[in-house]
Amino acid sequence: MSAMFPLRIRDLRFQPNGRAVLDGVDLELAGDGITLVLGPNGAGKSVLLRTLCGLIEPSGGTIDWGGTVRPKFGVTMVFQHPMMLRASVLENVALALKPHGIGRGERHRRAAAVLARVGLGGREADSARYLSGGEKQRLALARAWVTAPRLLLLDEPTASLDPSATAEVERIVREIRTDGTRILMATHNLGQATRLGDDVVFMSAGRVREHAPVQRFFAKPASEEARLFIQGELPWRMNF
Amino acid sequence: MSKRRRSAILPPMSLFAATFSEAFSLLATFDDRVAEIVVLSLRVSGGAVLIGMLFGLPLGACLAIGNFPGKHTLSVLMNGLMGAPSVVVGVIVYLLLSRSGPLGDYGLLYTPAAMVFAQSLLVIPLMAAITRQVIEDAWQRCAEELRVMRFSWWQSVTTLLYDCRHSLVVAVLAGLGRGMSEVGAVMIVGGNIDRATRVMTTTIALETSKGDLPLAIALGVVLVVVILALNAFAFAMRGWAMRRYG
Repeated sequence: MSAMFPLRIRDLRFQPNGRAVLDGVDLELAGDGITLVLGPNGAGKSVLLRTLCGLIEPSGGTIDWGGTVRPKFGVTMVFQHPMMLRASVLENVALALKPHGIGRGERHRRAAAVLARVGLGGREADSARYLSGGEKQRLALARAWVTAPRLLLLDEPTASLDPSATAEVERIVREIRTDGTRILMATHNLGQATRLGDDVVFMSAGRVREHAPVQRFFAKPASEEARLFIQGELPWRMNF
Repeated sequence: MSKRRRSAILPPMSLFAATFSEAFSLLATFDDRVAEIVVLSLRVSGGAVLIGMLFGLPLGACLAIGNFPGKHTLSVLMNGLMGAPSVVVGVIVYLLLSRSGPLGDYGLLYTPAAMVFAQSLLVIPLMAAITRQVIEDAWQRCAEELRVMRFSWWQSVTTLLYDCRHSLVVAVLAGLGRGMSEVGAVMIVGGNIDRATRVMTTTIALETSKGDLPLAIALGVVLVVVILALNAFAFAMRGWAMRRYG
């Protein structure tokens, strides 16, 4: 297990202009598995991921990376709408290795290998901007994967994808996890949580209300809020 | 027949037509003198634009994404200098390069190098200001992901300059337009010396004042054609690149 884990978050707060977006988040993550972060809009899921990634400076609280300082390249993130440079698919993936001080040839070799694993082999020379939504998300996953992160944060990566593209993204996420990357993924898709997750973190109003294994969370939610949240989504989930 | 006498005899429309006719016959023969002036103009303005690209584009990108004390003051200064009168820049460069000036020892005054220097000072703020606007928009789109990938400040600058390369053609063309159409600064620091520092704009000004309108018109036509051709080429390249890369 990497020294980054267990990851302990204690009383994490983010309060821009006095409004509590994160209102004392407590969470502990072990070094393996896929954790799904669920919760209604405005619960603070994305802000929690952004804070872990270093994009947001918290107003208070602590993040303990297994007793060490967070390594420079150990944590990365994939967004709902990934950025695509006006360049080829290969260059867009190789880009992620630029800050690692790796030579251009080696960057391209590694990028090509990961592209093959996400099903974009043979598309290296295509323009990244002309990819479909699902392909762009696979490219974004490849861009994260090529850096071999210890913790991968996914912010609703399948929110605007059709079912087949979603299934492909889920396959890749499982593969990345098999490679030894810890995954923390925000989603609204409860079906996805049951298919993909090992455990669920349920958030509302900037706090973690529940952290439980997936089966237990759906079978017997500990909080009334979580029960209502699941019930609100259940008819849709059962149609799957 | 002298031009003064001809203009006294010919009616206005005939004078206009005759001047253009003579200008086009000059262009058809394209004598060495015209060619020399055109080539020097392209060398001077091309050199200034190259220097502008070297300094103006990174400066604009740094202003767009950097967060440092004096950033806003520098941005306002750049925007202000975009409209700086070329004669004022010419006088300042003249003072710098004149024998008693701080750069006088280099002996650059009245040479094409001095003209490149003066035009660079006119071109850099313009290119930097346009670049800042273009890169600012791109930075809003890419900032989070570049920070997640742990790009350094300078890596972000170079990556965004590369990403916006097709849009930055506008900055380069604007710089080239400013350089090629400028007359005041090159006149002061170049001296408009025949076969040494005479460029299209200074020749047009001189020949018009002498009454040799056909040569002035011929050079004006060349100037406009060169600028239009460069714009058309850049437009076509940008179109191709946008279709290729989106």
